[in-house]
Amino acid sequence: MRKRPAAADPPTLTTDALAALNRSGLSRRDFVKGAGVLIVGFSVARASRILASGPAAAQNLGVSGDQLDSWIAIGDDGRVTAYTGKCELGQGLYTAQTQLIAEELAVPFDHVTLIQCDTALTPDQGTTSGSQSHPANFNTSNLAQAGATAREALLRLAAERLQVPVEQLTVEDGVISVRTDPSRSVGYGALVGGKKFSLQLDSGAKRKHPSEWRVLGKAVPRSEIPALVAGRFEFVHNVRVPGMLHGRVVRPPVVGATLVSVDERSVGDLPGLVKVVVKNDFVGVVAEKPWQAIQAARKLACKWSSGVGLPSHGDFHEQLRHQSPTRDTLVVDSKDVDETLARAASVVSATYRYPYQMHGSVGSSCAVADVQGRKATIWSATQAVHPLRQTAAMILGVSPQEVRIIFKMGSGCYGFNGADTVSYDAALLSQAVGRAVRVQLTRRDEMAWENYGYAYVIDQRVGVDTQRRILAWDHEAWYPTLGSRPRSGTPGNVVTGFLAGFKPAVFTPRMPAPDPRGAYSNRSNAAPSYVAGCVGGRCGGTGTVKSERVLTHNARSPFFTGPLRSPSRLQNTFAHESVMDEVAAQVGADPVAFRLDHLSDARLIEVLKAVAQKANWDTRPSPRQGIARSGVATGRGIACVLYEGDNGYCALATQVEVDQDTGAVAVKRLVAGLDCGPISNPDGLRNQIEGGTLQGMSRALLEEVTWDEEKVTSVDWQTYASLPLGFEVPEMETILINRAEVEAMGAGETTITLAAAAIGNAIFDATGARIREVPFTRERVKEALASRAAQSSGG
Amino acid sequence: MSAITLTVNSRSHTLDVDLTTPLLYVLSDDLELRGPKFGCGLAQCGACTVIAGGRAIRSCVTPVGTMDAADIITLEGLGTAEKPHPIQRAFIDEQATQCGFCLSGVILTAKALLDENPKATDKQMRQAMSTVLCRCFAHVRMLRAIKRYAREAGV
Repeated sequence: MRKRPAAADPPTLTTDALAALNRSGLSRRDFVKGAGVLIVGFSVARASRILASGPAAAQNLGVSGDQLDSWIAIGDDGRVTAYTGKCELGQGLYTAQTQLIAEELAVPFDHVTLIQCDTALTPDQGTTSGSQSHPANFNTSNLAQAGATAREALLRLAAERLQVPVEQLTVEDGVISVRTDPSRSVGYGALVGGKKFSLQLDSGAKRKHPSEWRVLGKAVPRSEIPALVAGRFEFVHNVRVPGMLHGRVVRPPVVGATLVSVDERSVGDLPGLVKVVVKNDFVGVVAEKPWQAIQAARKLACKWSSGVGLPSHGDFHEQLRHQSPTRDTLVVDSKDVDETLARAASVVSATYRYPYQMHGSVGSSCAVADVQGRKATIWSATQAVHPLRQTAAMILGVSPQEVRIIFKMGSGCYGFNGADTVSYDAALLSQAVGRAVRVQLTRRDEMAWENYGYAYVIDQRVGVDTQRRILAWDHEAWYPTLGSRPRSGTPGNVVTGFLAGFKPAVFTPRMPAPDPRGAYSNRSNAAPSYVAGCVGGRCGGTGTVKSERVLTHNARSPFFTGPLRSPSRLQNTFAHESVMDEVAAQVGADPVAFRLDHLSDARLIEVLKAVAQKANWDTRPSPRQGIARSGVATGRGIACVLYEGDNGYCALATQVEVDQDTGAVAVKRLVAGLDCGPISNPDGLRNQIEGGTLQGMSRALLEEVTWDEEKVTSVDWQTYASLPLGFEVPEMETILINRAEVEAMGAGETTITLAAAAIGNAIFDATGARIREVPFTRERVKEALASRAAQSSGG
Repeated sequence: MSAITLTVNSRSHTLDVDLTTPLLYVLSDDLELRGPKFGCGLAQCGACTVIAGGRAIRSCVTPVGTMDAADIITLEGLGTAEKPHPIQRAFIDEQATQCGFCLSGVILTAKALLDENPKATDKQMRQAMSTVLCRCFAHVRMLRAIKRYAREAGV
């Protein structure tokens, strides 16, 4: 007998392994008796042990039977099924991950089926968020390494079969052949044929070098698009389960109201009504048909207490500044900032304000739940299937092992939208009626209660010497939070969990902030690009300024908050890149040249230069000379950042027209550049940059959550504005800097981070008026223009 | 509940429904069509768009009882993933979407305008699209795809 590498003949399979095999088109019978399969477990040993030993042994290993790791499986037809815990959200990740598997295994793209985000089938890779998913599966671990492990194993098998050393073999399209004699070859299917191999992930398996790529690096069209444009794609909104009912929730009328009573007789005569469901302050209705549920929810007479009252919208930012207690953090503190600023030739001080903003998915959030006794299945657009499994179990009062979360794509989420909260809604309603229930939120319920992106108020003080060098940078920010992703244990972090009786996580006050410790980390881009970022004697920043202090205060929010595309990074970068422009103007320097003078990072410098060049940057100080005080003025702006301090180098140049009579801002041209390492799919990357930049433009110009004394008043697209398809879309160019020799970085949240600053800087260049508060509404632009006039007339 | 006969994507369906039900729910739940989607229920975003009598209408605010004589076309009525309509083909060729939830509004609004006025100007197109939202902001590609369709289909 020939010796096989790491062969195994598992006699039994766990339930979930079996389900996974079935999904791959293989039955247990096939697996045990017939067709072969090669499986690579993602984490060392665990998958093969579980496969080999079954649930009982798995328990002994301290791994519950359904915590099976994922794998890549190759059937004896040569087709590949891969399992991933990172999901498609409209960002193209399904296609990019499929390319990755095809590349590492050297099989055609269409031979790979990807199973994504299902707690019964896929590994726990946490949350699909933070522009971290592509790096997670493309760098040193997980999918990429599993593919490489399988390829190397197959090459060893082929070497035995063909009686040649591995070095003399080559592999293409799932066929391994002898380099010098291609007629001697064997396909993956034949190698696997009839046998079962369970491999441990080999962290030493060699990845393909980008110079060898045949599938990665290509603009492979996205897999979902034909079904999407043909109206055939199954969103979570389209999931239909036999016997499914329709639910609707009834949220409190004002923030902080609690339920006093519900009069079920108010809906007693409605046709189709199945049940009124109440759990603490959670109220919902279930009906046979969606329209019946909608009418029941509208008519249901609920008595609520008065609310807690809200701080006034007008001076919210100033109130934020005085909140106590807060959780304070020093990102860097060179301990000499005050003295350095005191001896600076001049100091620019400015305060920047950013509003709460919404994810505002086009489709309001939807989920389907089927809770039968103690078992639950939830179809959800969550970014985090495994964490949701834990918290949905808490909501339902069942064991997490009895809950299965199946990801189905929703409307684009841009972060933590209503997907989790509506999953709880559907689960609670389904549990109450013992049948499957579909819930889709109303537009108002989506917008009035979602976890908003953070408001910010940021003070900047930047001191310069007489040689146009920045000497010191002082940044102090206040931002309110409440709730956020529920992670594995806080369902009260979203409205449904809160209404059902769970508390949101609260921050632990910390005043004053302790000194920075460990390595410099700029995850929230709280530190500007131009400081050295020195902690404990080691400097990790991208800039040169050594006198630096970055202090943040986390306060309590009256509204739920959560990650919204480029959370905190965007707000901080707006303030940094705006004040950098103010300082450049103060010293009469060109904004690009002045940035370059204070950057030390070669990659950030390169992307900034590339964008400036492509934008035909007009090198001169801002604002432009000879600005007329009325009519349309034109200007250009720039901004750049290393996203999260280590996750994507980007720069953005803008050209705007400002109608000085109306305050209207029209963005005419956008040039965006990105260096995120080796590019897996250039067209997918461009799509992300284009969409992110325009979304950033909409947020910069229009978007702001508003409220009155007791409730949010941004509850539809009339009261929360978004740039429609019908606006004059600027000319948009993208520059991709491809680097083969470095690790993959994120892309989705990079250029959006720069839009507000780059547009604000262009408005300043055009008009000489500085806008320090987002959004740049006509009123705010006119105010800034007027204060410019007052300043100049005052001398 | 009353009987009504609807013609959707050239097929006739007789249904027993509450005639005040917005058309959207009949399409997406009774007929299980995936094209038209609930976005806002307020005719503000376009996700529920269908073409009826040659015009792009918002099915979320259109009572089904008013639709018995109409010829309704949803996004899946144009073509299939394998055999897409030319405007769908243009969106595939331009990779003109991200999440795709808004596509009924984008594609059907553009198609209805171009069918009615093949020489529609940019301004007219912007006007038609002024209440269609795409929150992924795939605008650059979508507008390119619409122009490509107008050019290649010779509409």
